[in-house]
Amino acid sequence: MSTGTPASGPGRPATHVPPPEGAGPAPGTTVLGADDVGRALTRIAHEVVERNKGVDDVVLLGIPTRGLPLARRLAQRLAQVEHVPAEGLVGSLDVTMHRDDLAHQPTRTIGETYVPGDGIDGKVVVLVDDVLYSGRTIRAALDAISDLGRPRAVQLAVLVDRGHRELPIRADYVGKNLPTATAERVRVLLAEIDGEDRVVIEGAGR
Amino acid sequence: MRHLLSAADLDRDEAVLVLDTAGQMAATQAREIKKLPTLRGRTVVNLFFEDSTRTRISFETAAKRLSADVINFSAKGSSVSKGESLKDTALTLQAMGADAVVIRHQASGAPHTLAYSGWTHGAVVNAGDGMHQHPTQALLDAYTLRRHLVGDGGRADATGRDLAGVHVAIVGDVLHSRVARSNVQLLRTLGARVTLVAPPTLVPVGVHSWPAEVSYDLDEVLATGPDAVMMLRVQRERMSSAGGGFFPSPLEYTRGYGLDARRLAVLPDHAVVLHPGPMNRGLEISADAADSPRAVIVEQVANGVAVRMAVLYLLLAGGEPGARTGDGQGRTHVRTDETRAHA
Repeated sequence: MSTGTPASGPGRPATHVPPPEGAGPAPGTTVLGADDVGRALTRIAHEVVERNKGVDDVVLLGIPTRGLPLARRLAQRLAQVEHVPAEGLVGSLDVTMHRDDLAHQPTRTIGETYVPGDGIDGKVVVLVDDVLYSGRTIRAALDAISDLGRPRAVQLAVLVDRGHRELPIRADYVGKNLPTATAERVRVLLAEIDGEDRVVIEGAGR
Repeated sequence: MRHLLSAADLDRDEAVLVLDTAGQMAATQAREIKKLPTLRGRTVVNLFFEDSTRTRISFETAAKRLSADVINFSAKGSSVSKGESLKDTALTLQAMGADAVVIRHQASGAPHTLAYSGWTHGAVVNAGDGMHQHPTQALLDAYTLRRHLVGDGGRADATGRDLAGVHVAIVGDVLHSRVARSNVQLLRTLGARVTLVAPPTLVPVGVHSWPAEVSYDLDEVLATGPDAVMMLRVQRERMSSAGGGFFPSPLEYTRGYGLDARRLAVLPDHAVVLHPGPMNRGLEISADAADSPRAVIVEQVANGVAVRMAVLYLLLAGGEPGARTGDGQGRTHVRTDETRAHA
């Protein structure tokens, strides 16, 4: 087993990045402000309406934790555009029990799964999540959906697509494409949970 | 949480987490496809040294609904009846790569021995040991009580809440009952008030150190309007004068401590009746009471599966160090020892 002595790497020049302001809990770079988040959701809402020619069969399933408030906000916008009650549009889809990395991480608390109306059979399900990264959460979500019923189509809406997919999954509606390094961390803050709307990139000491 | 050996292992937050998780598990059981892929590749062994169809099937169902592999091992007709020790049985299971062992044993403390002896690296779940503990029964009772008595009887509202302010009467053979012991501890942890009701001969020594009140008069307790009455099973054979003489006759016990239609009518409208089963109809509970709408005894069985799914999930799904048994790991240990011996 190689002991990682830092001085012994011949091929690696000592590019000692002087610890920038990111030495402590870095506040990170804000890439989307509250207004940007709102605009992105409004645009996605209109795209959902346009693509599905209305919202008659549309069910928004938010993936907890932060996908759920996003789904609720999207539903409000859809309801305004199409003049339907927002409550009947939103559900919550917990994917914890379908994850493939359960054994590698501390135990996760299981969230709530709730499907509005009379299920998802024959409906168009729009999955809503905050960040699309490896795609594994969405894979788990697709499995979870198949346990609930058989939708006519499944679409995916995310606030941020940061790339680095490990599975052949792509989003239908994207708030913002955000090319990142794997070492970086994208955090979505939402007023319902964090008290403010903001998307932040942290880490990777640039 | 590494093992679940006693209701006292759980603090309030952990107990509420188990109940909340059980609530989500129960929701999945209402779906068309009840099976979840959560524990795929894990092996759960049901190690039953004492007969119990109900508990074993409940654990088996729970493990299978989470896609775990299940091995049922009952002492009867196994090498245990040929004199094999608990240790050797455990070592065998370890070699087979058991991730969790669900054990029922007639000796109080056997699960504890199994958990801390190093014979198995898996999680140990106590499914009833002697007169000591039966924690998953207490959890399913608490879950059932919470469903009916907390948050206007609405399921969703109860999430995250305990049983503060609920008054439960536990009636019957407290002396021999692991269900009573577990329930007293867990209900107390969850903030409920417990009154034990039993004939003086069936009250254990030292009961006054338990966090519960004790009464010898069922009618008196029922008059105070408990929110729930939990009847305990009376083992007929143990009770006759030949078997120890804890009370003069079954009829006398029924008169004093049996739940019948008359006593049922005294209860407040919202009160529920629980029984861990199997019931002795006509002894500790009359048919009227057992079949009344406020008896939630059948529901307890269904809730038992959800609660055991929650316990297995919480014990097995996480990747905490040490919780992993992996027979690969075991093999590495053996190899290291051999290497050392040869060196």
